[in-house]
Amino acid sequence: MTDHNNGETWFTCPIVSHDEGDRITLAYGEGGRLSRKLIRERLLSRFGNDHLRQLGDAALLPTKSGQIAFSTDAYTVTPLFFPGGDIGKLAVFGTVNDLAVSGAIPRWLSLSLVIEEGLVWSVLDRILDSVQAAATLANVSIVTGDTKVVPRGAVDQIFLTTSGIGEILLPAPVGPVGLQLDDVLIVSGPIGCHGAAVLCAREQLDFDPTPTSDCAPLTTPLVALHAAGLVPRAVRDATRGGVAAVLHEWADASHLTCVIDDASVPVGDEVRVICELLGLDPLNLANEGTFVLATPVGLVEQTLAVLGQHAVTARSAIIGRLHPRRIAPVTIVRAIGREVVLDEPSGSPLPRIC
Amino acid sequence: MKFVDEYRDPTLLRQQLTLLRQLATRRWVVMDVCGGQTHSLLRHGLEEALDDCLDLVHGPGCPVCVTPAEVIDDAVALAFRPNVVLTSFGDMLRVPGRSGSLLQARAAGANVRTVYSPADAVCMAEKEPNVQFVFFGVGFETTAPATALAVLQARQLGLTNFSVLAHHVRVEPAMRALLELPDNRIQGFLAAGHVCTVTGFAHYSQLVDEFQIPIVVTGFEPLDLLNGLIECVRLLEAGSPGLRNEYVRSARPEGNPHARRLMDSVYQVSTIPWRGFGLIREGGLTMRSNLAEFDARQQFELAASTLSNEGDCRSGDVMAGRIKPSECPLFGKACTPDSPVGAPMVSSEGTCAAYFRYAKPVEICHD
Repeated sequence: MTDHNNGETWFTCPIVSHDEGDRITLAYGEGGRLSRKLIRERLLSRFGNDHLRQLGDAALLPTKSGQIAFSTDAYTVTPLFFPGGDIGKLAVFGTVNDLAVSGAIPRWLSLSLVIEEGLVWSVLDRILDSVQAAATLANVSIVTGDTKVVPRGAVDQIFLTTSGIGEILLPAPVGPVGLQLDDVLIVSGPIGCHGAAVLCAREQLDFDPTPTSDCAPLTTPLVALHAAGLVPRAVRDATRGGVAAVLHEWADASHLTCVIDDASVPVGDEVRVICELLGLDPLNLANEGTFVLATPVGLVEQTLAVLGQHAVTARSAIIGRLHPRRIAPVTIVRAIGREVVLDEPSGSPLPRIC
Repeated sequence: MKFVDEYRDPTLLRQQLTLLRQLATRRWVVMDVCGGQTHSLLRHGLEEALDDCLDLVHGPGCPVCVTPAEVIDDAVALAFRPNVVLTSFGDMLRVPGRSGSLLQARAAGANVRTVYSPADAVCMAEKEPNVQFVFFGVGFETTAPATALAVLQARQLGLTNFSVLAHHVRVEPAMRALLELPDNRIQGFLAAGHVCTVTGFAHYSQLVDEFQIPIVVTGFEPLDLLNGLIECVRLLEAGSPGLRNEYVRSARPEGNPHARRLMDSVYQVSTIPWRGFGLIREGGLTMRSNLAEFDARQQFELAASTLSNEGDCRSGDVMAGRIKPSECPLFGKACTPDSPVGAPMVSSEGTCAAYFRYAKPVEICHD
């Protein structure tokens, strides 16, 4: 039936170029394996110092009067406004959350704007109003900043960068290196909302109900945990790369296996529908107001009780536990009870063909 | 969530797993020909759970994987042409041709846009009349009707700046090609539920009769797959090959007449090259000559798609069920989703990617 059925050559696949290419593709910015590779090979190799090597959400720095937490992030998003948020809100809460999950109370932010020539004033005003409202809500002050305007096409409308300083609450979470066997993994709410909301807004996918970004500050519940003496082992906001990326980082740092239970992972119906339809995994979608937390088994009940008192973490759920390293860094128990590998996200989730 | 949860019910799944184990008296070789099924089998751990009683092999069910590198090269070249925008489904972007992938091309300045439907590309063409829009139409009979519809829409709108670089493939001829191989091991097929929803499945009875092989039209959820496998094993054990439909909520013997008419009005059945396989007779769809103005090959004077035979990737052997992905010397070493050597490792529906993502990674090295 086939015309090329002449032995071995029939079943070969034409070789393809499999080097990285000489240019950076968007996949390197999506928070998964390739982002980590970029950071490891290009940044850590040059700037590696004890603080940077931690690769935490914020660096914890010594000063004469104690420790501070310091963090920075650049924000680009298309579209600038989406259900549940906008670039201004993201820029504030993103950095606030990086500080909060590091065990700090966020206090001061810088704000840098790179604006594309031709941006409409009303859009800028709307974004800045949103920054102000978010800063008020998160109880931080914008204390320094910068503005640049670049020629049309040099950036996509507007890019924001915020850096933040926070005061450390002691004791701070040890972080992923301190994770221990049997620690329990908790997520602070339904996952994937931000990624799904931005995807739908960007691609004008008309789903009903429309997913809404979870974009929100996480300081209050984390401070409350601290006040109750329930210092988690590690906390991380599950932004780019989603919950799966966090679990992979933790597994790598602790040399343990994160085992999660598929049925326990909270996913809203509006996100599930989109994922089922487009072949995406909610575990790989970005969140902007949801963290993953690991805590000793003895503190789980109280931790959930405290989180349950705050709207932003009211739907927290146990998703898994740390086991000795076995078949893979991260595994997931599916409905039939089989434990399979959960791969680390690599590049942006691309919708499938059919 | 309706149409999902009832097909993932743990109690029912365990029950059907037990039944399947009881039915199988020997390790039958059953092939699926749909990337969605392949991924579902691995993602939910079904393949591993059934390993001792079924040899599940995964055929050429990923449309991205069987698109020749040369065709991707054509798409990349078009994307670099001035005043041309190449539009494509997302998972086509990462697949490398010989000169890199569309994602890499975009990073180097080519005009590539992701769309969710070919109709989106028609809308873009309507809005930007001074730019040529090419839709990269790949996929089985599941996506071909949508591409056909886009062509007809473009004609109705009188657009002169929209065309399709088509490489649509047909499943049934590939199944036949596999069965005709001298060393064929396949004893039963799960037919792809979504393809059958479009094309129908009555025509499969010819394969059943000719090759004395059971074919069961099957869906994608774990319970669908178990039910499909149970029916297939029943037929095998009884020694009575037959055609069955275990995806009755979607597939009908005659398929979707409207979609079939759409395809027929735009495409003709042709012999075209499949990556990893070679030419498959009547294995594809090419645009009818009266629609040449919407055929990117004609519009941009591209040569007919060819296929070279270089390289170490054994995707053809994988897709023919000769080897498991993990038996390929490149698997997990030179070939990973981040630096794929062959398309089955890069596409979200590819068999090698499924094995890399879900199978026991004993022999995988994560850098």
